[in-house]
Amino acid sequence: MNKIPNPSIAENPGTTGPLLEVRGLTKYFPMGSIFRTRQVHAVENASFTVKHGQVVALVGESGSGKSTTIRLIARLLSVTKGEILYKGSNILKSEPGKASLAYRRKVQMIFQDPFCSLNAVHPIEHHLARPLLIHKMVKNRAELRERIYSLLSDVGLNPPAEVASRYPHQLSGGQRQRVAIARALAVDPELILADEPISMLDVSIRMGILNLIAQLKETRGIAYMYITHDLASARYIGDEILVMYAGNLVEGGGGEAIMNDPSHPYTQLLLSAVPDPQSGLRTRKEVTARGEVSSLIDPPPACPFAPRCPKVMEICRHSMPARTTIKDDHWVACYLY
Amino acid sequence: MPTDQASGAGAGSIVRSAAQNTPLLLDIRNLQVEYLTPHGPVRAVDNVSIAVQSGEVVGLAGESGSGKSTLAHAILRILHPPALITGGEILFSGKDTLTMNMTELEQFRWRSVSIVFQSAMNALNPVMRIRDQLLDVMQCHGISKAEANRQAVRLFELVGIDPQRLDAYPHQLSGGMRQRTVIAIALALNPPLLIMDEPTTALDVVVQKDILQQIVHLKERMGFSILFITHDLSLLVEFSTHIAIMYAGEIVEKAPARELFTNPLHPYTVGLMNSFPSIRGEKKKLTGIPGSPPDLISPPGGCRFHPRCPRMMPECPVKAPANKAVAEDHTVACYLY
Repeated sequence: MNKIPNPSIAENPGTTGPLLEVRGLTKYFPMGSIFRTRQVHAVENASFTVKHGQVVALVGESGSGKSTTIRLIARLLSVTKGEILYKGSNILKSEPGKASLAYRRKVQMIFQDPFCSLNAVHPIEHHLARPLLIHKMVKNRAELRERIYSLLSDVGLNPPAEVASRYPHQLSGGQRQRVAIARALAVDPELILADEPISMLDVSIRMGILNLIAQLKETRGIAYMYITHDLASARYIGDEILVMYAGNLVEGGGGEAIMNDPSHPYTQLLLSAVPDPQSGLRTRKEVTARGEVSSLIDPPPACPFAPRCPKVMEICRHSMPARTTIKDDHWVACYLY
Repeated sequence: MPTDQASGAGAGSIVRSAAQNTPLLLDIRNLQVEYLTPHGPVRAVDNVSIAVQSGEVVGLAGESGSGKSTLAHAILRILHPPALITGGEILFSGKDTLTMNMTELEQFRWRSVSIVFQSAMNALNPVMRIRDQLLDVMQCHGISKAEANRQAVRLFELVGIDPQRLDAYPHQLSGGMRQRTVIAIALALNPPLLIMDEPTTALDVVVQKDILQQIVHLKERMGFSILFITHDLSLLVEFSTHIAIMYAGEIVEKAPARELFTNPLHPYTVGLMNSFPSIRGEKKKLTGIPGSPPDLISPPGGCRFHPRCPRMMPECPVKAPANKAVAEDHTVACYLY
């Protein structure tokens, strides 16, 4: 193991405390003209924790701010407000501006589209060699090759020597996503941010990728933030589920708790929308919510779901509800509770 | 494929039509479509027989590249070179569409069969107002401008959009509204058959649910039939009366939706069923299907699924199994049965 320059995020002193803690994370994107500045409130006051070796699934519709959230954690975007604590140290303070190499090594990302995230003009081995060389994880060429081959077989790409010399276009979508996972694994990360890793893949190979993620969690103790709009896969892989709507986290808790007792009207709506072959589309008891996601540009200080909510009350239109604990870890931000 | 067995599959559909005493709304028999590429012909649709009776919703499920969109385009005869229909028949209400001339085709398209394309974003012209795009379809088929305008308002009310939005440009509408617009255009001439090619794939689950309910509602009101193409089997089980499963250009199993859900027979269908995590009940490990879909330029010999099949037998790589009726309306192409 090589030396880590930044002592604040050096090797874990113990598994006490969460791996990642996010407090009041907020991101506004500026828009409009110089005469009338406006802001898109992409992520508003998000707080949550990720424990060691835990999969936290972040669920929401497109445009709800879930990708922005993990991009803030990966430090690909600058944070407007809030704190990111990695193993207890406030990394926005200790490394303002660009994230340190050590942080980038510990927090890796897998992107949605494996057709775009690999460089078409380089063979697979190039993609895996880059992180290993940049993070100085290998001493010589022979070791580099050995590491690349073992990474490829770890993610189920066999025979590794043959796969390493191929180009991205010679691989199928599922194989490419496995390469992307191997690339994230190359630097021994502790947290992998997976941005809809299966949504672009064929149905029949999705489970293979999800099972690989679960297996790596078990064998290497890697924690994940798994982003999806599909509650069923969030339940399948997630130890915890966070539900995001229009930039706000509206409900969170253990996977089973959320599935069995969805409390926020938006979570109930999402759950009722998941295709469920057990009961027909026509016969199901409906939770209806008309309309569409409200605008994120300078929104009023109200519950963002209020315009669509079937149980809306007067207070919902004037202020954002605080979090209420339902049971144990399960919380909801709704005035109904 | 042995001819006696092939005609057996065809006989199944004839029995279905004979019982009704009227020709089937859509009857595709042993259709074959090839893409003539420089690397040789790619048989994207191979010996496919599928029937739609009036009032039915027939689902066609398959992964990307399985030939389901090619089949849809073949029905409307909107395939472009190098795609070529090289065999089989497509009968619409007993009339062979493959022998129609240009004038007949113009009347057939949209009056008899219309299509909702996969990506509403690309199906609408970005520089034309929605109203003009709707009028265009109707005026092409000899409806006066005044009447078409009245019909356009009626259609927008039908699909649940404020008719004032008729004068909007596509980019001013949300994804869900665009998809509703495309459905309105497809319904403009009240065709008896609607082909829907992944109409909800690009949408969020909540919007998807909304649109599917709308389609069911419209179907009951207007009485059209649907050929619904998707990769999401869980959606089809909820929504359709019959389901056909397509793999690598061939239909491997056909059955009524309930029957297919409770008693899937082909190992590919079983694998697909095993690829959707559920939102309720026991959490169980799902395996998906190992391997990736084949390259159709050089498909595997014999049964095209054999390299991925967990129950492969010695004869599978040698000769493709024929469609075999195992129960009423339930056929499967597999040596296991």
